[in-house]
Amino acid sequence: MKVMAQMSMVMNLDKCIGCHTCSVTCKQAWTNRTGVEYVWFNNVETRPGVGYPRGYEDQEKWGGGWVRNKRGRLSLRSGGRLAKLSRIFSNPKLPEISDYYEPWTYEYDTLLNAPQGAHTPVAKPKSLITGKDMKISWSANWDDNLGGSAETLAEDPILQHMSEHVTTEFEKTFMFYLPRICEHCLNPSCVASCPSGAMYKRVEDGIVLVDQDACRGWRMCVSGCPYKKVYFNHKTGKAEKCTLCYPRLEVGLPTVCSETCVGRLRYLGLVLYDADKVAEAASVENEHDLLESQRSVFLDPHDPAVIEAARAEGIPEDWIEAAQASPIWKLISDYKVALPLHPEYRTMPMVWYIPPLSPVVDVVADSGNDAEDARTLFAAIDKLRIPIEYLAGLFTAGDVAPVDDVLHRLAAMRAYMRKINLGEEKDESIARAVGMTGTEIEAMYRLLAIAKYEDRY
Amino acid sequence: MTLEKPTRAPANDGPLAASLVKYGRFLRKGEVSDDFRSVFLEGGRSGDVFYRDRWSHDKVVRSTHGVNCTGSCSWKVYVKDGIITWETQQTDYPSVGPDSPEYEPRGCPRGAAFSWYTYSPTRVRYPYVRGVLLELYRAAKARLGDPVLAWAAITDDPESARKYKSARGKGGLVRATWQEAAEIVAAAHVHTVKRYGPDRVAGFSPIPAMSMVSHGAGARFLNLVGGSILSFYDWYADLPVASPQVFGDQTDVPESADWWNSSYLIMWGSNVPVTRTPDAHFMTEARYRGQKVVTVSPDYADNTKFADEWLAPHPGTDGALAIAMGHVILREFLVEQKTPRFIDYMKRYTDSPYLVTLDDNDGCLVPGKFVTADVLGSDVENAAFKTVLLGADGEPVVPNGSLGHRFSESDEGLWNLDLGDVDPLLSIADSPLATETAEVVLPRFDLAPEVGREHAGGAGTITRGVPATRVAGRLVTTVFDLLLAQYGVGRDGLPGEWPTGYDDASSPGTPAWQEEITSVPAAKAERIGREFAENAEQSGGRSMILMGAGTNHWFHSDTIYRAFLALTTMTGCQGVNGGGWGHYVGQEKVRPITGYSQYATAGDWNRPPRQMIGTAFWYLATDQWRYDGLPADELASPLARGKFADRTTADCLVESAKRGWMPSYPTFNRNPLDICDDADAAGIPVADYIVQSLEDGSLAYACEDPDSPENFPRVIDIWRANVLGSSGKGNEYFLKHLLGTDSAVRANEVGPDRRPRDMVWHDDAPIGKLDLLMTADFRMTSTTLFSDVVLPAATWYEKYDLASTDMHPFIHSFNPAIKPPWQTRTDFDLFKTLAEEFSALAETHLGVRRDVVAAPLQHDTRDALATPHGRVVDGAPAVPGLTMPKLIVVERDYPGLAAKWGSLGPLATKLGMTTKGITYDPTPEVEKLAHVNGVVPSGPQAGRVRLDTDVRVCETILALSGTSNGRLSVQGFRQLEKHTGQRIAQLAEDHEGSHITFPDVQARPVSVITSPEWSGSEHGGRRYTAFTINVEHLKPWHTLTGRMHFYLDHDWMEELGENLPVYRPPLDMHRLFGDARVGSTAATGAPGSAGHAEVAVRYLTPHSKWSIHSEYQDNLFMLSLSRGGPTIWMSPQDAEKIGVRDNEWIESYNRNGVVVARAIVSHRMPEGTVFMYHAKDRTVDVPRTETSGLRGGIHNSLTRILLKPSHLVGGYAQLSWAFNYLGPTGNQRDEVTVIRRRSQEVVY
Repeated sequence: MKVMAQMSMVMNLDKCIGCHTCSVTCKQAWTNRTGVEYVWFNNVETRPGVGYPRGYEDQEKWGGGWVRNKRGRLSLRSGGRLAKLSRIFSNPKLPEISDYYEPWTYEYDTLLNAPQGAHTPVAKPKSLITGKDMKISWSANWDDNLGGSAETLAEDPILQHMSEHVTTEFEKTFMFYLPRICEHCLNPSCVASCPSGAMYKRVEDGIVLVDQDACRGWRMCVSGCPYKKVYFNHKTGKAEKCTLCYPRLEVGLPTVCSETCVGRLRYLGLVLYDADKVAEAASVENEHDLLESQRSVFLDPHDPAVIEAARAEGIPEDWIEAAQASPIWKLISDYKVALPLHPEYRTMPMVWYIPPLSPVVDVVADSGNDAEDARTLFAAIDKLRIPIEYLAGLFTAGDVAPVDDVLHRLAAMRAYMRKINLGEEKDESIARAVGMTGTEIEAMYRLLAIAKYEDRY
Repeated sequence: MTLEKPTRAPANDGPLAASLVKYGRFLRKGEVSDDFRSVFLEGGRSGDVFYRDRWSHDKVVRSTHGVNCTGSCSWKVYVKDGIITWETQQTDYPSVGPDSPEYEPRGCPRGAAFSWYTYSPTRVRYPYVRGVLLELYRAAKARLGDPVLAWAAITDDPESARKYKSARGKGGLVRATWQEAAEIVAAAHVHTVKRYGPDRVAGFSPIPAMSMVSHGAGARFLNLVGGSILSFYDWYADLPVASPQVFGDQTDVPESADWWNSSYLIMWGSNVPVTRTPDAHFMTEARYRGQKVVTVSPDYADNTKFADEWLAPHPGTDGALAIAMGHVILREFLVEQKTPRFIDYMKRYTDSPYLVTLDDNDGCLVPGKFVTADVLGSDVENAAFKTVLLGADGEPVVPNGSLGHRFSESDEGLWNLDLGDVDPLLSIADSPLATETAEVVLPRFDLAPEVGREHAGGAGTITRGVPATRVAGRLVTTVFDLLLAQYGVGRDGLPGEWPTGYDDASSPGTPAWQEEITSVPAAKAERIGREFAENAEQSGGRSMILMGAGTNHWFHSDTIYRAFLALTTMTGCQGVNGGGWGHYVGQEKVRPITGYSQYATAGDWNRPPRQMIGTAFWYLATDQWRYDGLPADELASPLARGKFADRTTADCLVESAKRGWMPSYPTFNRNPLDICDDADAAGIPVADYIVQSLEDGSLAYACEDPDSPENFPRVIDIWRANVLGSSGKGNEYFLKHLLGTDSAVRANEVGPDRRPRDMVWHDDAPIGKLDLLMTADFRMTSTTLFSDVVLPAATWYEKYDLASTDMHPFIHSFNPAIKPPWQTRTDFDLFKTLAEEFSALAETHLGVRRDVVAAPLQHDTRDALATPHGRVVDGAPAVPGLTMPKLIVVERDYPGLAAKWGSLGPLATKLGMTTKGITYDPTPEVEKLAHVNGVVPSGPQAGRVRLDTDVRVCETILALSGTSNGRLSVQGFRQLEKHTGQRIAQLAEDHEGSHITFPDVQARPVSVITSPEWSGSEHGGRRYTAFTINVEHLKPWHTLTGRMHFYLDHDWMEELGENLPVYRPPLDMHRLFGDARVGSTAATGAPGSAGHAEVAVRYLTPHSKWSIHSEYQDNLFMLSLSRGGPTIWMSPQDAEKIGVRDNEWIESYNRNGVVVARAIVSHRMPEGTVFMYHAKDRTVDVPRTETSGLRGGIHNSLTRILLKPSHLVGGYAQLSWAFNYLGPTGNQRDEVTVIRRRSQEVVY
């Protein structure tokens, strides 16, 4: 056992209001400068939708992440290091600016400086790349709130892989938001892709960084990352990425995106894991086993053997305590309501998500049942407005069972707490039905609903 | 770093690749994982320095955003090397308690992007004047040697006036010095006051709560001048007129943390994640407590994501859905089951047990007037305002707490809701005495218009029976019985037409009936109605409706909202934490209201201020009335008694002004300063002189002839606002008639048959009424683009100020992160400059004058007793303050204006400060302020408290308000105790010694003190919700009965058929104005449309995700995250009809103007309805249109002001005017527009 500490995040998508405050505060703090105009370390996608950069989840096109080869080993999907070296000067798997978007500004100064003329002055759009007039036709968030669904929805890679047909009927509309930052993976394919050794994971907290002095701008990391969360600064010629705000973490502050999240849906904390088990866990044959294999890499911070091993690795005492207090461990391993994003990329991502519980009661009610009754509520989980298969396509490599379990737990929490809210008897059977106790549900409720600052970070 | 041989096989690639990695780790000091999977690095991270440097900063300053979103979020502003870098949210709000989510972090992406403005290229850095005007001014001044004479010369000369007015909005702004710009502005003010009168100067600045000092500084200046301050809440159509109608209160709602206490939440036309971004989490989190969430929205709105149920009625039909839900609740919970909690609540807190006469109307019976004590033959004080109910024994009783008890000295201690031993009869049917039944005829508006009689709309009647009895010889019933009849809830033995069941669509009120109107399945409406009530019963009233612009911006929103409020009232949810209404659109809560009002109105020097209903001002000033001609009787009930016959809604406005119901400025067709002089010369009191002159015809009201030059508004000052790019309904009419520049107005003026009866028609419409448009802003908007003078304002990160909101219970501060850069000035300093310049010019041109203010009959005063029984009598003698406005003479010390502006006047202590009928004596506070602020050392105001800096004004506002000063709060409560005979002051007594100071709110947001200024309580750390003081301490509502009203008995309410909640559909714009019918694809023949498919659609302007009104819609971050310019959302079906694809350019046009935008085609939109999100200004990425050849318009280029007569009622109980409390709304949701795909080649 080699105990290491990883700073990780869980986002509760069920609470995300899609406001993009995280994107703006992150942009302002980190990428509001030339060379990275198009870069959003943190972005928020409307799902279903094509994401940013456009269609990044289509690994057959972009070749990011790992694949398990016949020998049971992992290799970079875009080819091993040798292959990369062979085409270091021309990387065909690199998204172009149009896949992100052509950043622009406007002739704002016209508004003040226009001479007396025949028409009201206006600020027309100008490309930030070429400086020329442009018609704006794509952005980092073009399909926000299903905008342009008729045109682009079919390009969503998840929809393309679903067996269930998703229609674009008004009555059946659904959407939710997916905020994304770098996953700070345990098995980062970007790091493995870098020919210069410029990318690394910090020993103490697992944050994945680009050494700005060492980066040579080969951009293999951009291709290698299946989440497309490494970007190229076209001014400095170096790669840049989400730093998990380490300058803030180092002084005890949560990341900018976490602290400014007005949906209060981000949890930040240390997880202890066994570094010796990562490769094995990432290499399990069946993609549906990846969730459980990644969970098995995490170490119980309350286990005396783990604590001892952690001390032996030189992990400071306060870090061990932080891991014990971490909301991440609770959400991933105790309550089992958080799931990884695209485990099938085999990078062992460390930003996990609680899937959204979408409107369900109307479906139940339409079938003539009591909409607030806990049992009928569970029965209807597979009739959610958001198709469960879609969520499985994001979080469990298509395996609907774990998603189903999470949504049952969230629904059970609502049913259980409603009784308390209305001053009725606690109903332990609701908790039992989802494999929890009432006490556990109440603790989970406090973490998810009351979610005080000190409990989130 | 380990160089030992790896103990494990390579985890990836294979041996060759592994050797590469092994090689690499010698080049680089790092730790490669044992399986060569990853590289770990420790120490020596010089490559990380960049990010650490970027995060560093010199200081963090607390401030907020003075933007009209009601967020009122506290922010950290980061400063490095004297430059503002970015902002993140503060997280240090006082705790809500251990079992609730907290307010941290409050904010949204708009706010997070604010600092962009500080150094952006759209920042106004210097004073600007349009070059044409500046040249004219300099030449005239050189010629005449005097600024005021120069201004007079330019504006008097038609040629020069036309020259600079027609240049408005077409560029050519040039830099001027502060001295010169201020001189021009001051000269225009002085000249206008002298020539036309002070009420020809108007000021517009909305939402004081979002920066009280910045608002107050300008308002104080204008109030000392005697200018007209324009209202905004009603103008924005954010005022829910139903609130004064039902509650006698402007708007009072729960803070957002109280949503957490609700166990059933309906979001009805309120898209919480977008428009209440910082508060939305209370909703998402409350679901985990088992709160059920329902959304009602015609589109798949953002909040639908969180909803357990989504109801999608057709736009504007929400009232029908609410009526049907009410039908279910009344039947199941108040008739079939007599739910004790609901019955008791209805008896105590609503007008439902009160008696209403049944009157003859052309041979049939209709609901009439409330029975009052005078009807019973009583001659007690104010008997006509003491309403009557029946006790359990069936005998009439006059309970405490009605309006009649409020203003009668003999009733001291009786203005309360204590029913004593009286158990009111809710229904006459329950009377032990003799009863009968009566058939009443009720109006309905839901019918399809008869062929050939389309002009009459869908109005009709329905006959239903009520139990009745005789009181004092009159046939009477209760409001409750009428309510059941109105909602179609039949009972055994009653005559009339009743539905056979919920599935009977033929009879108004049922779930099936609403389905035909709204498309919401009947079973769903039935179930949601039942659940709402069941939850209210189970939870003790914790069912809540959040309502917003989606339902409040309609012409008939007052009826929609009354149907909503009926739901929360009949289920006993008002005044309960977690229950009741939450009106969340534009509601603003200046928590320290008394101190703020004293400062802003300059009530310490002069009373009353001239406060004008904004909608009426703009309607007349921009000549929209010339195109309107809406016959008032087209809106009337079939049972109307003809009071609106042959009259337009504009005539109703004139009548309302002349009766003193609503304010009207400019008031008379002569300068009020001259009127005073003339009265003096004639040797008679000014008021008598005015009455005489009106009677002999030598004087008239300006609103009767708004197009005569002496009645034009001449100067408008705008700050903290963007009328021309955002709120200005009928934008193109503003450009044409008020400003005199190019416009895309497409309508024709009305012909002689539709002209107002009581207004003067000039064949030639005025072009360019306004002499000066002055705007202070920090960014370029349509308003600055069209202004004559643009003054550079400091941003919200560059000044001291105060902020508060409905959404949370804290007061917090603005603080400068940097000093105002370039030549910018805070609003406070800017108006100080103007005041000084004005005073200097006034020395020679004005001196000390007397002014006469025509003040309307005011809510919360005895004026509310002016109209017994709401009976509108014609031909009554003109008595100021009774049948016409009060006429109050005010001294204007113009040369001394600046000195008064900067010091606290004597009236605050001499007359006290009155808020909602309670007068506060601030004598000890003023003594303290003399030490905190210091006193004026010399000059005319020597010894008075200094108000010459923004911080001193902040201290003064906090010292003079009950919410921030416990002593004043307790004093107010003790007055209320005397008045009501109830013990209430304990709500503030534990804070009697508390006083929130400005340093307190600079340190962190501070919770307010419970105060009689508001209707709820924060006592003991509880969450604020409205009306808990009424419910728990038996303090009456400020209404006729003292209870919440289902029934309104004013004559005009009867004319409109709106005595009771009733469904009124959206206006039929085709019938009323000849617009295309929704869904029509007929060719319009509009310029450029030939050969293009067109479709007519409902045009809605909901609040945007990427802006707060027009603020931020020009911000590069918001533009980058959205589509980067004006867009119109439409359904794939409508897009297909006109052959348009996503992101293609389209034009949208109707009689009012034209808009050019790009289409966003999405299946979340319903067919037949498009959204152009509010508020798209014309400043960014707006090409010229094919339709007009001009720059495309703003979202309000397709709208126009329409007046509803019920909003104009005044002088009667809760239907009495107060500023931003009652007035015609600037509604804009009923519009229809035609859309076509245009040429994809656009020209800017």
